[in-house]
Amino acid sequence: MAVRKLAPEELQPESFVLSPETEAFAQQQIAKYPPGRQASAVIALLGKAQEQAGGWLPRKAIEAVAARLDMPVIRVMEVATFYTMFNLEPVGKYFVQFCGTTPCVLRGAGDIKKVLERRIGDQNQITADGTFSWLEVECLGACSNAPMVQINDDYYEDLTPENFEKLLDDLAAGRPVRKGSQIGRNRSEPFEAVKTLQDPSLYDGSQIGAWRKRFEEQAQPAATGETEAAVASVPQEARAAKPGAGRAIETEAADTPAERVKKGETPINPADRKEAADPSRATTGDSHTEEGARPAPQSGKSYVATPSKPEEGSPVPVSPTTPVAGTPPSQAETRRDGSESKPDVVVDKDNKTS
Amino acid sequence: MLHDRDRIFTNLYGFHSPDLQAAKMRGAWDGTKFLLGRGRDWIIDEMKASGLRGRGGAGFPTGLKWSFMPKQSDGRPHYLVVNADESEPGTCKDREIMRNDPHLLVEGCLIASFAMGAHAAYIYIRGEYVAERYALQRAVDEAYEAGLIGKNNIHGYPFDLYVHHGAGAYICGEETALIESMEGKKGMPRLKPPFPANMGLYGCPTTVNNVESIAVAGTILRRGASWFSGIGRPNNVGTKLFCVSGHVNKPCNVEEAMGLTFRELIDTHCGGIRGGWDNLLAVIPGGSSVPLVPAEQIIDAPMDFDTLRGLRSGLGTAAVIVMDKSTDIVRAIARISYFYKHESCGQCTPCREGTGWMWRVLNRMAEGRAQKREIDMLLEVSTQIEGHTICALGDAAAWPVQGLIRHFRHEIEKRIDDYAANPHSESVMIAAE
Repeated sequence: MAVRKLAPEELQPESFVLSPETEAFAQQQIAKYPPGRQASAVIALLGKAQEQAGGWLPRKAIEAVAARLDMPVIRVMEVATFYTMFNLEPVGKYFVQFCGTTPCVLRGAGDIKKVLERRIGDQNQITADGTFSWLEVECLGACSNAPMVQINDDYYEDLTPENFEKLLDDLAAGRPVRKGSQIGRNRSEPFEAVKTLQDPSLYDGSQIGAWRKRFEEQAQPAATGETEAAVASVPQEARAAKPGAGRAIETEAADTPAERVKKGETPINPADRKEAADPSRATTGDSHTEEGARPAPQSGKSYVATPSKPEEGSPVPVSPTTPVAGTPPSQAETRRDGSESKPDVVVDKDNKTS
Repeated sequence: MLHDRDRIFTNLYGFHSPDLQAAKMRGAWDGTKFLLGRGRDWIIDEMKASGLRGRGGAGFPTGLKWSFMPKQSDGRPHYLVVNADESEPGTCKDREIMRNDPHLLVEGCLIASFAMGAHAAYIYIRGEYVAERYALQRAVDEAYEAGLIGKNNIHGYPFDLYVHHGAGAYICGEETALIESMEGKKGMPRLKPPFPANMGLYGCPTTVNNVESIAVAGTILRRGASWFSGIGRPNNVGTKLFCVSGHVNKPCNVEEAMGLTFRELIDTHCGGIRGGWDNLLAVIPGGSSVPLVPAEQIIDAPMDFDTLRGLRSGLGTAAVIVMDKSTDIVRAIARISYFYKHESCGQCTPCREGTGWMWRVLNRMAEGRAQKREIDMLLEVSTQIEGHTICALGDAAAWPVQGLIRHFRHEIEKRIDDYAANPHSESVMIAAE
């Protein structure tokens, strides 16, 4: 985490109004999201407001965005201070974001940093003519073209101290510069040693349709009509969310749906789902500890404690600790998690009452 | 070397046009309607049979992930969210897909959304990728214009695709943080369960997939699961984009078969290690989050999920960071620790406090200004961060440090000895900062 604060009051402008261009942009962005979800456009809109304000976000701009999106100011303030691409203080006309993470360092980013320190000064300091300022940022995702910097919106890659000095000179003098690689590389191919993707048949269209042979060889199944069915199922409008049962996606922890799928089981039995939703079957306080005198059928999944006294054949005792004794055993037998038995934790009533 | 005809990303290096017309010539959007016509179940079964494991780092089977989405909508819309928030140090593959071969991704979005019953998909691209965002938006616009996607498209399945962008937060690559961020909040990961397949974006069933996982879908379905699963080694099949950076002669991105050896990868495509193979010190094989592997263990190791896990590391995103003997290995890892300190969202205490603590201690160790017992203390603290946080950033911060201590403890000790052998005015501190 980095501590990020708004610029001091003396730098803050008196007012900020979204320009017509920004407003048009806002409408275009908000249209991407379902009705009522205009908050999703906050990052895009803050970015545009930053562009309008000259590369940084004044407090008034944050407030204007909050008003436009109908969000509490603090929510927008949180977003503006959380995401590091929002500059909370003024930056130079050319704002250099220098990548200082390990892959770039291995390729000599340290020398690039020295150039920046010598020519511009410390981080977050604007040169006297207002042209440059720089900031060390974390990985910019161009590691095969390291070292690199981002200046305003553009990446400049494969830097050496010499070509970087020249780049800064050209920018300062207003000369055109080459974006991307500074050594004449096209993208991230092995420089002047491309050995792959040389086969011309990849590009002349001769591959089109070649794959269909596989399907023609197999018996053609009748059309499933699924597309039509899926189209018919398009929900007309979004409904509010409801909490659902969890399903594992990433981890392979034991007893997750993913694990069950692997074992060939259905992750969540539709019957269980239905049952869980049935209010009349809601757990009545402690029906689980209700004296399960009858040994329940054993399930491989659930933990089964050894009953200290099976009490086979004896009538179901009514526990004095159970305020609601009305749950019929037939219903208490099925647990909400879908396993077949309740855990055989048998309260030894004799000991308890003695 | 993988044969050119088995490569999926045929415009990886941008030597050809990324436009729709050129993409179609390369085989994108070829018979998509035919594929969709074979039905949802067929697509998911084929993806499962292909053995494709998620390309975003965790390696979870993609087809299985798709099958977790509810089969029938309960009234809530379904969403596909494509994770293009590529920020893991060392990783730069999705960027090339989005700017050079964006139509494979757009087509993949349609296919995956159809398989999951989603009628809208969002691509969350990191904010810094401005040119890539425009390139991707252009491809989406082209697809709309050609009627390939949209409300009334030629495929007969209403589908909208939107490009959404972030603003520079590594944590938004975590799927629930990404969803939070898309909803207009700080990117703080959610507790699971509920999992996104039940409650994701706007509380609706959502699947989050990496760009590469989605972009390969069309080609896999066309050429068949058996083609894809025939490449590589069992359980680690298919082709994969490797991003090689660091001390090799020709750093590059390259699509290769899973399970080729590290030596083959470097010699074939990257012009060898700088200064020759004897000069190799260590390799981080899967992006900054995985522990490093020393030279002698990695040189002839197959680059795949299971082998690298056996070396107590991981394939991750296949971002191979190569370090030769000129590397100050302690500083290199300390810089990675700084990265995690900077990118921790601050939600869980072990990570928020621990990442900064580890960075400060590692920085002193890089100078040798430390006590030897602090090495074990550092190791212990790292295990207390690992697994004690909501998301995996805590683990990701701890693993590189553990890898360093596992393999280069002698180097840290040497520095401490060297420092102690020289007179210094200030006394050596201990870790309690």
